[in-house]
Formats: sequence, C-alpha cells, structure tokens
Amino acid sequence: MRVRRLAAWTALPLAVTLGLAACGSGGDGGSSSGSSAVSIQIAEPKHLVPTNTTETSGAQVLTGLFAPLVDYDAQNKPYEVAADSVTSSDNKVWTVKLKDGYTFHNGEKVTAEDYVNAWNYGAYAPNGQDSNYFFEKIAGYADLQGKAPKAKEMSGLKKVDDLTFQVTLSEPYIDFRTMLGYTAFYPMPDAAFSAPGVLKDSYEQAPIGQGPFKMKGTWQHDSKIEVERYDAYPGEKPKVKDIEFRIYQQLTAAYADVQADNLDVLPTIPTESLSTAPADLGDRYKTSPMSSFQFLAFPTFDKDYSNPDVRKAISMAIDRDEITKSVFKGSQQSARSFVSPVLPGYRDNTAGAAGEFNPTEAKKLYQAAGGPSKIVISYNGDGGHKDWVDATVNQLKANLGVDVVGSAEPKFADLLTKVEKKQPVGMFRMGWVMDYPTMEDYLGPLYSTNGSSNYYGYSNPEFDKLVKEGSAAKTQDEAIAKYQQAEDILAKDMPVIPLRFGENVFGHSSKVKNVEMDLFQRVNLVKIEAAS
Amino acid sequence: MFRYILRRLLQMVLAFFGTTLIVYALMFAGQGDPIQALAGERPVTEAQRAYLTEKYHLDATGVGGFFYRYFDYVKSLLQGDLGQSLTGRQIGDILQAAWPVTVKLALIALAVAIIFGVTAGVIAGIRRASIFDNSTLVLTLLVLGIPTIVLAPLAQYFLGVRWQLFPPTAGSEPTFYALLLPGIVLGSLSLATALRLTRTSVAENLRADYVRTARSKGLVKRRIVTVHVLRNSLIPVVTFLGVELGNLMSGAIITEGVFNIPGVGFNLFRGIRTEDGPLVVGIVSVLVVVYLVSNLVVDVLYAVLDPRIRYE
Repeated sequence: MRVRRLAAWTALPLAVTLGLAACGSGGDGGSSSGSSAVSIQIAEPKHLVPTNTTETSGAQVLTGLFAPLVDYDAQNKPYEVAADSVTSSDNKVWTVKLKDGYTFHNGEKVTAEDYVNAWNYGAYAPNGQDSNYFFEKIAGYADLQGKAPKAKEMSGLKKVDDLTFQVTLSEPYIDFRTMLGYTAFYPMPDAAFSAPGVLKDSYEQAPIGQGPFKMKGTWQHDSKIEVERYDAYPGEKPKVKDIEFRIYQQLTAAYADVQADNLDVLPTIPTESLSTAPADLGDRYKTSPMSSFQFLAFPTFDKDYSNPDVRKAISMAIDRDEITKSVFKGSQQSARSFVSPVLPGYRDNTAGAAGEFNPTEAKKLYQAAGGPSKIVISYNGDGGHKDWVDATVNQLKANLGVDVVGSAEPKFADLLTKVEKKQPVGMFRMGWVMDYPTMEDYLGPLYSTNGSSNYYGYSNPEFDKLVKEGSAAKTQDEAIAKYQQAEDILAKDMPVIPLRFGENVFGHSSKVKNVEMDLFQRVNLVKIEAAS
Repeated sequence: MFRYILRRLLQMVLAFFGTTLIVYALMFAGQGDPIQALAGERPVTEAQRAYLTEKYHLDATGVGGFFYRYFDYVKSLLQGDLGQSLTGRQIGDILQAAWPVTVKLALIALAVAIIFGVTAGVIAGIRRASIFDNSTLVLTLLVLGIPTIVLAPLAQYFLGVRWQLFPPTAGSEPTFYALLLPGIVLGSLSLATALRLTRTSVAENLRADYVRTARSKGLVKRRIVTVHVLRNSLIPVVTFLGVELGNLMSGAIITEGVFNIPGVGFNLFRGIRTEDGPLVVGIVSVLVVVYLVSNLVVDVLYAVLDPRIRYE
C-alpha cells in the first residue's frame, strides 16, 4: 500500500520543532541582506537524500538541487522536465527517455543508469529509506524487502541505452507518469556512491544534483544551506543567483524576521499571527491553493456510527464556513468533497445535501437514525487542533441536542494506535496531503479496504473495484470517470466528514517579488526575483 | 580542602550515573513508540521499522532490554562517544556547534545581571526607602512577575520589529550586537534577583558593628562602602551568580527559541518535542556534568571569599 503524507497541517508544528535554530543573518543587520542571496525559511531537514526525504523542508532544498522528470502545470497536469518523454502503450511497461544535455553539478552527464541506481538504492529495504514505499508499484520490489532481501535490484528497472530506461510495473497504473514528479524519483550521480548500492556518508552533506542550483559549501546544520545558480543547467534559468535556506526552529522567530525585512520568504505564517498578518505585511501577505485536506473520520466498525444516516446527520450539523472564518481567519476553505480542488477531476459539493449546514434536518435525521446520545471527538493535542475541535463540539451540542466532548490524545501516533486497537475513541480527526496530483492519491489509501491509511474499517467492494479500474484505465479521462464514480459512493456512505481544504498562507520581504508557492508548500525557486 | 574536593568528585561520579540512569529511563520508558514518533504522522513501513529497530537496539524489550541499552550507552559515553541522534547526526557534533553560542549568551546575560543588578542593588541598599529604592522594588517585582515566555516575544516585537533597534533574531553565527537583546532578556531575571539580594545584604551590613567602628574612627563614607561593606555583601551574590551561570549555560529554551539561537537549550527542546531520546539523554548527560562542576566551584569559592568557612 502506498503510504502518504498523513501529516501536513498537524505535522506543521512538529516540523517546525524539527528545525533548529539558526539563521545567519540577524547579526549585524544581516550578512545575507548585504549580499544578493534570497533567504527562505526552512526547518532543519531530516535528510537530504532524494529517496530519504519526505518532509517539506528537505523537499524544498531538493527542488533547487534537482530537476524532476515531470512537473505539474497550472492545471496540475504533468509535463516533462528532465524527461523527454514518458510513454506506455499498456500503462504497465513505461519507457522513460531523458533529455540530452543535463549534467550533474560535478560535470558528470546524467544517464539512465543514474536513475536506475538511485531508485534501486531507495527500494532496497536495508538502506532504510523513508521513500521506500514509492517504488512498490515497480515489478520486483518485493524481492528487495525484508531483513535479508533476495535481490539488490528491481527486475522491473532496465536500462535501454544511455538516455532511455524501461520501467515495468507489477500491474498497470495510469498515473505512473504523474507519480514521477515526486522527490523520490530524482537521479543520483556515480559520485554519490562509494560502491554499487552504497551511498557515501558525505553525499548528504552536499548533495550533487542536476537541477538549477548547486550547493555552495556544505549543509550547515541548524544554521543554513546555501545554493548558487548552476549555469550549465539546460532548463528554465532561475532569476536569482544565490539562495540561502535559513533554518529556524520556531515560525514566530521567522515571522519577526520577515516583518523586519531580515528574511525574504516565510512559506507558512504561524497560526498565532494569522489574524494580524494581513495588516503587518500588507501586500506581502499572500495565499495560494494547497493540497491538504482535513476531515473527521468515523470508526465505522463501532455500532454507534455504523449507520450512514447518523454520519450524514453529524455532517449536516457542522457549520464549516463559520469555523473557517472564526477559527482559521479564512486561511482554509470549507470542504464538501472528498478530493482536493487542486486536482483534475475535482467537483464541487460531491457530498451533496450532507455537506450543507442544515441544523433542523440534521436533528431530525439524527433522531430517526438513532444516533448515540454521547459523541466523542478525539484529536492529537500537539497539533493546534483544540480550537476548531472545540468549535465543532459546541456546534454539534447546540444543533443535535446531545452530549458532545472533545478528547485530546498526546500525539497523533497515540490516537492511531488506539483506533487500530478498536478502542472507543469516538470520531477522530485526520489530515491528508498529496504526494502527486491524482485523485487516486486521495481515494485509494484512505478508503479502499486494504488502504494503508484506512483506519476506520470502511470497506465497500464496489468502491474498491472502481478505484482499481481507475488506476488500470487506458486514458486519463476514463480514469477520472471511474474515480468520480468511486467518490460518489463515498458521498453515499460518508465514512468520513470532509471539513476543510488548506491553503498556503505565506509572506515575503519587500526585497523579493514573484514569490509563488506550489501545492506541496514549496517556494518556486526559478520564478522568484529580487525586487529592484 | 584537598580531601573535600576529592570527596566531592567521588560523589559526582555517583550523581552522574544516578541522573543519567533516571533520565535515560524516563526518556525511553515514557515513549509510546519511538519509531512512530520519528516518522511523525505517516505510517511506518516494515522495512523502515526493521532498520531503525536494529540501529537503536530496540529489539530487546522489557527491563533486560533497558539495561542492555543503558550500559551500551554508558560504555560509549565513557569512550567520549555521545552517540547519534535519531536523525543520524553525531550528538557530539551537535553539542560542539551549540556550546559556543550558548556560553556567549550566558556570559552576556551574566554581565548584564552584574553590571546593572549589583550596582543598582548597592545604591538601593545605601539609600533605603528613597525613591530609587522603591522604584527598583516595583521594577524588579514586575520583571520577576513576567515570565520569559511573555517578555522575550514582547522585547522582540517592540525593539526588533517595531522600532528596529536590534535585529529581531540572532542566528547561528551572531555578532555581539545581535546577542545583546536576547542576553538582556535572559539576564533580566537574574538581574532582578541579584538586585534584591545585593540590596538586602548591603542594607544589613551597613548596620553592622564594623561599619560603626569604621565610621567612628573617621573613615570616609565612600571607603567604608566600596571596601568594607561591598566585599562582605557580595558573598551571597557571588554564590547566587555562580549557580546562575550553571543555569544559564544549561540553555535558555525559551529565549533561544524566540531569538532563533541554535544553542544547547534549543537542541534540548527539539529533542524533547520530537521524542529524540538519544539527543535528550546526550545533552542532559553533559548538562549534569556542567551542573556538578559549577556547584563544586561555587562551594570552593565560598571558602575563598569567607575565611570563616572551612572544609574538611
């Protein structure tokens, strides 16, 4: 099962703490502000190896150092970057042709082998790479798992010539081309390996990529990572010469810096400053779409919540717009569908009547369906969820006329452990961020019977079948049609209540312009410009 | 004296093992699932789980497993190896990068406390019940009453962002100027305590017999205060500041966080938040040594300052 970033919103505070201190500037009014380097806030990355980087800060740095095979256009459809073409006649055997002219920062030419080696390294279980599961669709992946794997290379990966390689999947997957935009699918040069399949320890301290920027010096832990423009990069040239990724532990510190023009880009405005940020930053306060999805899940195995009408009634008793306005100050949008609006194939209001706020109908339906007399909403106490959970609790109390309480677990992991053991936690909060833009990414892992993040015991054979048919479809349109039918089943069964879609809420200094953020909370490093 | 120090050093060894054992137990016993904590909110794959379990000896469970890991840890600790954090960095390297900046910050804070705290304390002690005395009383009560978690962001907002007198954050290789504001914030608490302590002590000593004697034999007031009173009044203050230095060096979690200073407290906080057991235990082990040594130094200083105190 593909595992996804279940984190996003809640993980945010966590990610922040992952970072350390740092920041080179501050000092004398900014050693950085004196030079032309553009500074961007990140947290201390966990890792900087493509196959081992799954969190936003590390991915942000890697987007500068590497060029992906495909990237996503304004409609979030994939287009080729480092790849010349990614084609398949049956969606099972894919041929990837690379563009000529790409070189690694050490001068090495990029070849098909560099991709094959990097992917095999990532998929080989004893290497303990975080992105290991991204390769599971490739034939032969299973042989690389376990404590003493049978093979070191996936049988489905084959080099054809210097610039072409072939990927055989274990079963047809239409979105494979879209998937290739993810961080895990970058190549690594020969210089990264000390022996075949053994990564040098020093590689991570100064990763060599084939992207628009190259490392300037090494990773200065807890302090900064500096990169400069790589002039031999054949793709779109960046507008700035130097970028400094400055490491902060607390977003509030970075927020103070961005207000004082001491830091150029802050990709996430801290929650406590959301209400004052538009006034503090003026037109330097920006928002843009992002892929996160917040929802409340039902333990469908619990008889209290096994009736879809009960679930629908609870959904109807929640005034989403009020919560996004009063708690989130408009930094998130109400959700009434099961997939993010950034995706091709998204439709408004797929939840139908169950997504509309209708307290009278809700109460009637709830009583008719025999809903429980006490509702519990569990959440993790470390993720800043208390405010909106409390608001939801109050709304349900008032609108359904039953006893509702919020219950905090220390950490999300504790909550999931309890759910897995089927302990009575009541409804519980969940969040989701996509890794690459397809509907399948939202449907498969969350709601299929064997989905990796299906914690609520939801199972509908019809739904499983439609998702499967969707990924095996011949054309994108056909796939989307199937996915949409699957989404309609969700609307009928309501295993979860969609609550909100996230947005990037970011700020920048007066020294930069054209600051754009993508759906993955990363700053577009090629577009950003110095304001003059 | 020598025997006393030797005895203290032996006690320190015991204290060191005791504290590390307790910290180690607390850190790892309280953890639900360290691997899950490491992965955040993502499900962990089997491959990942197996890899980390082996790397951190998490396979041995129960009490036996705990002592196995603890002794394994102490063994490498005695060889000067603090181990690796859960993110794979050498804890020794982390501390090496974190210490200098924390020490700098601590010294600035201490200097602020001494220069302003002791001076104002002496003046307030001499002019008891004056306007100066009363206003410092109010001010120190105010500072003691406001927690750093409020004071630090306020100072940052007004002095750093609004009026731009200081840089809002310090960063990893900060200049003296950038550390000044965090230093003042950090030192303000010690400043207030040092001020109260000095004032009381000076006020008390001014009424002592030897001051009356000195006055009656015609010594000028300035000499009485600077030479006789001050020296005797500073004994409790020096003790306090000595212990305080140990405190400050253990890292100011809040101040370092607000001003983005990658010091010791900062790393400690990160370790706690991410349940990075090896990192927390590593830092705490070193801090235990710092505390023990600074306490010993203060005790020895006592004897140096006050000849009436003798250690056997």
